[in-house]
Amino acid sequence: MTNDNIQIPTVAEMAAKGEAPEILFWVGCAGSFDDRYKAVTKAFVQILNNVGIKFAVLGPEETCTGDPARRAGNEFLYQMQAMANIQVLDGYGITKIVTACPHCFNTLKNEYPELGGNYEVIHHSELLQQLINDGKVGLKEGGTFKGRKITYHDSCFLGRANNVYEAPRKVLEVLDAELVEMKRCKTNGLCCGAGGAQMFKDAEPGKKEINVERTEEALGTGADTIAVGCPFCMTMMADGVKNKEKEADVKVKDLAELIAEAEGLL
Amino acid sequence: MIAQLAFLVVLGIFGFLIFRRIQRIKQNIHLGKSQEINDRKDERLKTMLLVAFGQKKMFKRLLPAFFHFLIYAGFILINIEVLEIVLDGLLGTHRLFAPFLGSFYTVLISFFEILAVLVILACVVFLIRRNIFKLDRFHKIEMKGWPTLDANLILVIETVLMLAILSMNAADQVLQTHGAEHYTQTGSFLISGFMVPMFENMSTSSLLILERSAWWFHIVGIFAFALYVTYSKHLHIFLAFPNTYYSRLEPKGKMGNMPEITNEVKLMLGMPADDSVAPPVEGMKFGAKDINDLTWKNLMDAYSCTECGRCTSECPANQTGKKLSPRKIMMDTRDRMEEVGDSLAKGGKGLEDGKSLLGDYVTKEEINACTSCNACVEACPVNISPLEIILQMRRYVAMEESGSPQSWNMMFQNVETNFAPWKFAPTDRFNWADELKSPNA
Repeated sequence: MTNDNIQIPTVAEMAAKGEAPEILFWVGCAGSFDDRYKAVTKAFVQILNNVGIKFAVLGPEETCTGDPARRAGNEFLYQMQAMANIQVLDGYGITKIVTACPHCFNTLKNEYPELGGNYEVIHHSELLQQLINDGKVGLKEGGTFKGRKITYHDSCFLGRANNVYEAPRKVLEVLDAELVEMKRCKTNGLCCGAGGAQMFKDAEPGKKEINVERTEEALGTGADTIAVGCPFCMTMMADGVKNKEKEADVKVKDLAELIAEAEGLL
Repeated sequence: MIAQLAFLVVLGIFGFLIFRRIQRIKQNIHLGKSQEINDRKDERLKTMLLVAFGQKKMFKRLLPAFFHFLIYAGFILINIEVLEIVLDGLLGTHRLFAPFLGSFYTVLISFFEILAVLVILACVVFLIRRNIFKLDRFHKIEMKGWPTLDANLILVIETVLMLAILSMNAADQVLQTHGAEHYTQTGSFLISGFMVPMFENMSTSSLLILERSAWWFHIVGIFAFALYVTYSKHLHIFLAFPNTYYSRLEPKGKMGNMPEITNEVKLMLGMPADDSVAPPVEGMKFGAKDINDLTWKNLMDAYSCTECGRCTSECPANQTGKKLSPRKIMMDTRDRMEEVGDSLAKGGKGLEDGKSLLGDYVTKEEINACTSCNACVEACPVNISPLEIILQMRRYVAMEESGSPQSWNMMFQNVETNFAPWKFAPTDRFNWADELKSPNA
């Protein structure tokens, strides 16, 4: 099987043709390299293709935003990354960015302006919500999610850090599934344990892993799908489900995957 | 006349001591780095009114919010009566406001008495919650010793002060029926009216002693308590207001920039540097090792903390048994500030005493455990950010000591050489596109 008709233009290719994208899809390192999250990148690109948005990616020109370095204390490295990225983005005249990583989202949106990089930045849940509102994304009759339970795990960098709580939930509403909230949700949501560069080291000694604590809460809702909107949350929750030996019954899925699946794109 | 003089002396001593203490706290806060916060004044005022005056964030937990509100309302409103007491003390009058307000005075004092009873009720509930139900967050390791005693003392003192008001009013009413000189007829007060039978059989002279003692006890008690507050976690009753006014209004996810580094990075990348930023000077530190590396706002945060522990109870690291406790970060910052301030006042070494916040108070293990999830910041009823202090210390460890955990150093290296935090070849970054186009290739 091939998907030859899928378009994944790079900004460089577009620029060569004298064109510019409406919106840049910032893939992020996890979306580019992590096997599990690459599936999310692909699902999102298929949705973008399906609705016909004029998007582009940086492709090989994209590099780490610097977020993990910054949270771990290495401001030099963060600023080196940020400055280099801003030069590339400004070189192409990018004005609008969408990303499926809340950490990239937060850094691009809130932290690049102080270094001279000013863009309109949205999280992919917000773009999906817009597409739903515009009637461009919707569920086909008799969706596979009807009657099933989904719980949504808030990403800290999307939720508390940037007050994006509604968009992911609006996206899930389209699935016609029953959205069951965990007790700790929205502003009180419990972290998956990976933020602040924890993704890149072992946890300090304690009595429990944070992702196990959070997964137990998610499993407690009785949902068969744990929806996430962040690559780190994805890894942590999937590991948690594995730890609880529930991977046969409970799936951890990104919002874009759920939408692509519901639209029959996968 | 002697009483007036005595009162003036007491008021003078109190005024002097509290002034000196306020000066000390101001000096300590100014040990921090300067940071200009004078933008968005309307938004700041609104935040202060909602969060401090309106107690908005307290109401995330309804039951404690309700009882706390009783004490808070009592504190603010009963102060009107304290004003009368102070004026009486100075002018040698008794119940100065009574003749002006007439029967409304009786209503007003009765209302204050209801508040006093509610304050006592709330204090008792809080004492039970702390000491009998032993709520988990009040018994974390950082609460051992003085912090627990401090909390209990505050609740007991507040209860005793309220009882003094009620006794004073009850004795007053009996004296009124005895026709004692100076005792203005006010009629019966709602709560202390019920206490009258306890005092009815006493002689006028004993009642006079009792009423005066309760009066003096109450007012001197209030002065002493106000002074005590400045040494205690209870300082939040004043600092909650400025601290919420100077709240961080940016999205919580945003970390503060380091302009001194921006210039160096620009020079390294061959870009024109910003002349308005002073070049790094010899001996300048990146990040925070001690309190003087933090901003004055971080230090005001520490003085505003009332050790309620909502931050710690919401912290994912603390919940899963790690050593990190955001409340401890704030308590440590305050303790270190007091230590340095005391030392400086005595002509000691101050910051140069060989100790520092990071190392002697806070350990790397604590700051490394933070997920920067902002749960502590969200939870704080007075908008304190323990996260900002943690991240500043991480900057010190990473840039001044190169002392980050080994795995983080590896991650730094990956970002530098592969432009991703994992060890993948940069040339593979776009492979996913080919995989999507030909899934089986």
